[in-house]
Parts: sequence; structure tokens; C-alpha cells
Amino acid sequence: MKTLHPSTLALAALTIAMALFCLSFIDAALLARSRAAERAETAGLAAGLGLADLALFNEARYTRHPAQADLHSAFQDHPLAFDHFPTGSLMPPRTYAYELLDRKTAQPD
Amino acid sequence: MNSWIEKQRSLIDFTLASLARRKTRNLGLLTVYAALVFVLASVMLFTHALRQEAAAVLAGAPEVILQRMVAGRHDLIPPDYLDSIGRIRGVQQKQGRLWGYYYDPVIKANYTFMVPGYTVSDGALVIGPALARARELTAGSAVSFRSYSGQLFTFKIAAVLPQRSELASADLVLLSEHDFRAFFAYPAGHYTDIALSVANPNEARTVAAKLASALSDSRPILREEILRSYASLFDWREGIVLTVLSGTLFAFAILAWDKAAGLSAEEKREIGILKAIGWETGDVIKMKFWEGAMISLAAFLIGYIAAYLHVFRFDAGLFEPVLKGWAVLYPRFSLTPVIDGVSVLTLFFFTVIPYTAAVLVPIWRAATTDPDAVMRA
Repeated sequence: MKTLHPSTLALAALTIAMALFCLSFIDAALLARSRAAERAETAGLAAGLGLADLALFNEARYTRHPAQADLHSAFQDHPLAFDHFPTGSLMPPRTYAYELLDRKTAQPD
Repeated sequence: MNSWIEKQRSLIDFTLASLARRKTRNLGLLTVYAALVFVLASVMLFTHALRQEAAAVLAGAPEVILQRMVAGRHDLIPPDYLDSIGRIRGVQQKQGRLWGYYYDPVIKANYTFMVPGYTVSDGALVIGPALARARELTAGSAVSFRSYSGQLFTFKIAAVLPQRSELASADLVLLSEHDFRAFFAYPAGHYTDIALSVANPNEARTVAAKLASALSDSRPILREEILRSYASLFDWREGIVLTVLSGTLFAFAILAWDKAAGLSAEEKREIGILKAIGWETGDVIKMKFWEGAMISLAAFLIGYIAAYLHVFRFDAGLFEPVLKGWAVLYPRFSLTPVIDGVSVLTLFFFTVIPYTAAVLVPIWRAATTDPDAVMRA
């Protein structure tokens, strides 16, 4: 009886893994198609209500709407106030906003 | 061609037998290697998908939001402000918006109260799905909130926003303008901010600059800035996770380098014997190339596939709190898979190529020296 070479087994295993790797791209495309309605509904609601932020970090004013918060977000409650919430330490302050607007240096935010 | 394939197969057979002799060590290395690829790929896939999700959801946000600043703080828009903006070329519509925050001591969470563009009848609320879940509210039930002035307001839930839109609406409370003004004791004619729609999005920056020069106490926020805010926010989070993981990365790099670059006495003896029985230097190098390539390719494929399943089929349970954020009213949502081919290719190059290359250098050195010297070393 002819025995299987270990290389045949190894190459078969790698081929299967490679096929699964390629399959992940197909699965991603199919999942994206099936979730397109959900995304469109969320985007539609956001556009309809004029929402500018995701409801991801709602424990504080400046983390609920980071795009619209004051710039010194971590010290908003009073001067020298430390950040109370965990999100603050995981969210960068906006450093680049308004960079191309004329009034950038004219008036501190 | 056939003889070349046969030769490579024999080399791979020999390599596998050699790997099997140090089974525990090599399996351990493969597991750690795959786990590392898994973590890196998970962070990469998750952050990219979240960035794309934010961009898709917020694509319809107002082109320009105008806030008024007093002493560097966001302040209410006074009644004559909308008119004082006047006519700006390119602006299709300008609308005063009413929204604010309410802290609910019952579940210790902040809600976003907002007056929508459509009509909500007085005394009724349309609420977000996470809020409905937390307070166990359904359409038709009643809820009371104590306003900041101490007065108790009772509302009837008219509808709950669809669960599928939770990413944008988890904590929303939509109510009529009359109720909003009464609840927050909002001065008549005042607004929270102004949303402007611009016909040509390319002109938004010009419109913002005009607004900023016409109204020196105003702060225009552009949609492109909002989108960049979110992109940078998730980049930042990705960076934080990778920084935390960098210790592990270095530990693995040392382990892999040690394993790949430092030949054990047993391996040196093996090379010596192979050379003594007639193997050419090229054959020894090819054998080790196959060893490095197979281990690193297997680790990459196992790690990547596991990461894909973790992120898109199991909703990234391991990294969710760090990468998404956390709060009392946390939105439940599944990410739409968007895979960035360039990132996957980069991950492949940074995980597979260095290991395969690191294996070859010491082998080349050992294989080019005299077999007798190698065996005696």
C-alpha cells in the first residue's frame, strides 16, 4: 500500500487554510450585503435627524458628541478638572480642527 | 519540472520529520506566532471596519454646524442670530436645532434630548433602543423625568427607534419643540446650534470661512472635520491597543529571533551530518527555507482566519470595550465587514517575511562551513 508523504498532508492543510483565507473575503462581501440594509437605515436616520456623532461614548457631554465638543474637552467641567470618565483617556483631543480656517490663531477655542 | 517538484517534496518531507523531532517546541512556537497574528489582525480588521462604519453612518451629517461661543464655551444661539447670517452663496438651508443632555439618575446614564425635523406630538417621546432596553420601555408605556428645574414631566412613549439604527440612536430621546423648551426651561427663540446644508460640498470650507469672519463669536464645524475626528479617534484607539501589545510583540520578536537565528547544537550537528553525507549547501538552505515558510505561513493563515471569525462572526468580544468605548447605554450593533487588502498584505509581509528570512541567515553560515567543524562545534 502506498503511504502518504508528510509533505502531501502539510500542503493539503495549507491549501485548506489558504482556501479559508480566500473564503473570508467572500464571506465579508456576503455579510456586507446582508448588513447593508441595517447600515442604510442607520445612515438614513442620522441624515434625517442631522446627527453628527455616533452613540458610542455617552457617559459625558464631551465624549457623546466629540465632533461638537469644546476643544479643552478633558477640562470642561472646571479648570484643572481631571477627566472623570474612562473614555477620555482613550479619546484624543482634537488638535487639527479648524486648522485651515482663517480664525484659527485669531481667537482661542 | 517533475524532478524539481519531487526534490522539493522530499525536502519538505525531511523538514517535517525534523520539525516533528522537536514537536513541543515547534508547536509552542506556532501557537504563540498564530496568537500574535490573531491579535494584530483582530485590531486591524476591527478598527478599519469601525472607521468605515462611522464614515458611512455620518455621511449624511449636516455639511456645516454653527455653534456660538461665549468665553470659549458652547452657548445658545440668540433669536436674531439666524437672520444676521444673511444670505451666503451656496447655502441651501439654515435651520436652528434644539438638543441637549439629560442625566437620568434611575440608570445613571446621559440621554441626548433632541427635537427632530418631523413632528412629534406634545407629551410624546420617540426613544432610542438602548434606552428602551435599559428602562424596559415599549411603545405605549409612560415615563417620567424630573427636569433641571425640579418639575416632574410625564411622557408617553410613541415609538422606539429601530434596533438596527442603534449605533446612531442608542440614547436618543426625540420630543416636540414645545416639550423641549418647557422641560429645559429653554428661552423662547433660542437654539442650541445651527445646521447649514451647502449645495456643493466643496464649498463648505468657503462657507465656514465666511461665517467665521461674519460672526466672530461663531465656531463652524464641517462634516469633513467630523469624519476626520472619528477616523483619528479610532486610529488613536488602535494605537493604544498596539502600544499595550508592543511588549508582547517585542517578546515574540526576541523568541522568534532566538529560535530562528540561534541554531541549537542539535541543529548544527544535523547540518554537519547532512553535509557529510553529500547534501549541498543549497539543499540545506532550501530545507530551512521550507521550515521557516511553512511555520510562518501556517501561523499567518491560522491567526488571520481566527481574527476574521472573532471580529465579524463573534462581534470582537475580546477587544470590544477598548476599541468601541463603553457606557451604561451601550449600543448593540454588528459591524459590516470591510477588509482593507493593503493592511492584510502589510500584515502578511511583516509576519511571514521576517521570520522566513531570519531562519536563513544562520543556516547559510552553518551550511557554508566545513562539516567537520560544524559537527565538532
